[in-house]
Amino acid sequence: MEAIVATNISKHYTQHTALRNINFRIPDRSIVGLLGPNGAGKTTLIRIINQIITPDTGQISIFGEALAPKHISMIGYLPEERGLYKKMKVGDQLTYLARLRGMTKQEALERSKAWVKKFEIAEWWNKKVEDLSKGMAQKIQFISTIMHNPRLIILDEPFSGFDPINAQLITEEILRLREQGSTIIFSTHRMETVEALCDHILLINNAEIILEGAKSRIRSQFRSDTYEVRHVGRFDTAATPYTLLNSNQIEEDLFHSTLKCPREENPNKILQFLISVTEVHSFIEKLPTMSDIFISLVKGGDRE
Amino acid sequence: MIVNKILLVARQEFRNRVHKRSFLIATILIPLIFPAIFGILIYTAIQQEKSSTRKVVHYIDESGLFKPVSDQFDFRPFNGPLEDAKRAIAHDDSFGLLYIPKFDLYRPQGIILYSTVNPGMGDIGALNGLLEHLIREAKMRDLQVDQSVLDRLSTNVNVLSVKVGESGQEQSANSVVMSGVGMLFGLLMYLFIFIYGAQIMQGIIEEKTNKVVEVIISAIRPFQLMMGKILGLASVGLLQFLIWIVLITVLSAGLFFFFGIDMSQGQAAGLPSAPPSQNGIAEILEVWDQIPITFLLLTFVFYFLGGYLIYGALFAAVGSAVDIPSEAQQFMFPITIPMLISYMSLFLFILQDPHGQISIWLSIIPFTSPIAMMGRVAYGVPGWQLALSMILLVGGFVFTTWLAARIYRVGILMHGSKVNYRVLARWFMMRN
Repeated sequence: MEAIVATNISKHYTQHTALRNINFRIPDRSIVGLLGPNGAGKTTLIRIINQIITPDTGQISIFGEALAPKHISMIGYLPEERGLYKKMKVGDQLTYLARLRGMTKQEALERSKAWVKKFEIAEWWNKKVEDLSKGMAQKIQFISTIMHNPRLIILDEPFSGFDPINAQLITEEILRLREQGSTIIFSTHRMETVEALCDHILLINNAEIILEGAKSRIRSQFRSDTYEVRHVGRFDTAATPYTLLNSNQIEEDLFHSTLKCPREENPNKILQFLISVTEVHSFIEKLPTMSDIFISLVKGGDRE
Repeated sequence: MIVNKILLVARQEFRNRVHKRSFLIATILIPLIFPAIFGILIYTAIQQEKSSTRKVVHYIDESGLFKPVSDQFDFRPFNGPLEDAKRAIAHDDSFGLLYIPKFDLYRPQGIILYSTVNPGMGDIGALNGLLEHLIREAKMRDLQVDQSVLDRLSTNVNVLSVKVGESGQEQSANSVVMSGVGMLFGLLMYLFIFIYGAQIMQGIIEEKTNKVVEVIISAIRPFQLMMGKILGLASVGLLQFLIWIVLITVLSAGLFFFFGIDMSQGQAAGLPSAPPSQNGIAEILEVWDQIPITFLLLTFVFYFLGGYLIYGALFAAVGSAVDIPSEAQQFMFPITIPMLISYMSLFLFILQDPHGQISIWLSIIPFTSPIAMMGRVAYGVPGWQLALSMILLVGGFVFTTWLAARIYRVGILMHGSKVNYRVLARWFMMRN
């Protein structure tokens, strides 16, 4: 079953189109990177899933059901523009937000106490938010996003402003939540986060989805069929279907070369050839990074 | 579900406000502070009058009528020509120089007060009174009129106004008391709506700049958040009003008890009871008893809620549209105009002429009725006018809430955009 299936979603504003007829599927229990340049339509899409705004056309289904107000308690949302009531106490704030998401008073109280203990901020329960450090406020925001055990968690630039320790804490928590069965949607510009955490990609540009699918499949789709070789002694590819793109001497005898090969060529065969002509120290396929793919697609799109 | 969430927000809003120290201070101290300030001012004014030394006034009397007898002034004759006297007062610290030339008793002209400063109205009035009294005595001698004859000529009439009810029962009415009550309630209404309306706006701007609002509206509808905040604050206002009523009742009961003993002592001492026309306090107390206090308070609560909800919704819309309070000014102005109109009308003509055409219409139109009706209601308002006004008030707040909610839902998510009326209209028309 899919966590989200979007069909023909469009959203127009008076002066621009935020989303144009988009379709996508998000597998259950996946960590999805929602990528795209600023103004591409990511926030509009996130707000539609959160039912803050409704699309002009199209439907969203969530875990097999048409999206409806009752699903609010199933979703945890950490917006990019996030904040807390400065004058409210930490405990009040957490229980209030939990109750707005549909928890009972008792439940809200128990869970928030358990979470502040887990995040080691229990002694701040009766302090006002304005007295907290930025890092602690971020912990509170994160707790309030996941406290009601949502099946779908939407995090918009979750690490912006987080120090490395908090970022690590939250990364661990995200992975644990996925283990427990949650689906996580990340909207971020940080490609290293995408590389490290996401297993599914959704790339939006100019109100349209230009790339969707599993990260591994996308990677192989964008293979450049080039291999990087470290070797001792020069060699020649004239008699082979391979092209030597460049070859640089990095130490006295050691060279670093890039080799382009036909798509259907088996890596073993390439390696056999290399062994026969030179002393191979390393051999690795050069895969594109998500950042490379992002830039090539978005720039290519802009040129059209 | 929808109502539950509204109540949840309202309760939170109520708790946040009531637990603030400023609420406690305002609620407990205001009913004590205002009478205290008033009392202190009166007390110091009396003390000042008592302790002030008599002002020195030199005089040159060429008429031969002047008698230098006064509590307020220390009159000293000046012997010499007027020009010398004028020069003299310029250099000493006397109040002035009163020059009384020879004049015709029946056309007194040419009396002048020379002084180095501009004298206050009170001093000039006192001098006028003194001179008028002297001339009057001189005239009486001239016309050979006896004081006792004059006393018998003077009459004091005080029309007692009695309101006749439909079933023929009579109520004595005192327009001074009525207008006092109207003024008090109108003023309270104006303050309440303004203070609480501004608080709604501030709260919403705070939520917007805190950026907490997006988290909240991903859990509940913007309308629920707006209504919850408005209702929460309304209940804070009602609580405050209730506490004030209780405090004032207890305080005034204490005062009446105190004065009550005083009056009975006076009677026990066998003092002659004053004629009814002069017994002001007793009359006021009698009329006070006739005023349906419970009815007035209930009407006040209704119009406070109605007026607050009408304006509160508009203030909420303004708060959602702007990023900082100073941007709100341009939108606040048109909202406050009907309030100002009704507030000024209250003093200009509603209290003087509570049953005039304009007064009636101002008390029926929803935007002006909360203040205008409170000015009229103590005088007694026909049932149909009250009913029409109340129905329109409810309709008015449904309308402004609908209008405000459409702007609010878009506005709270907009940051940094330059907002004018055209933009507001576009938000209003926008589909969700």
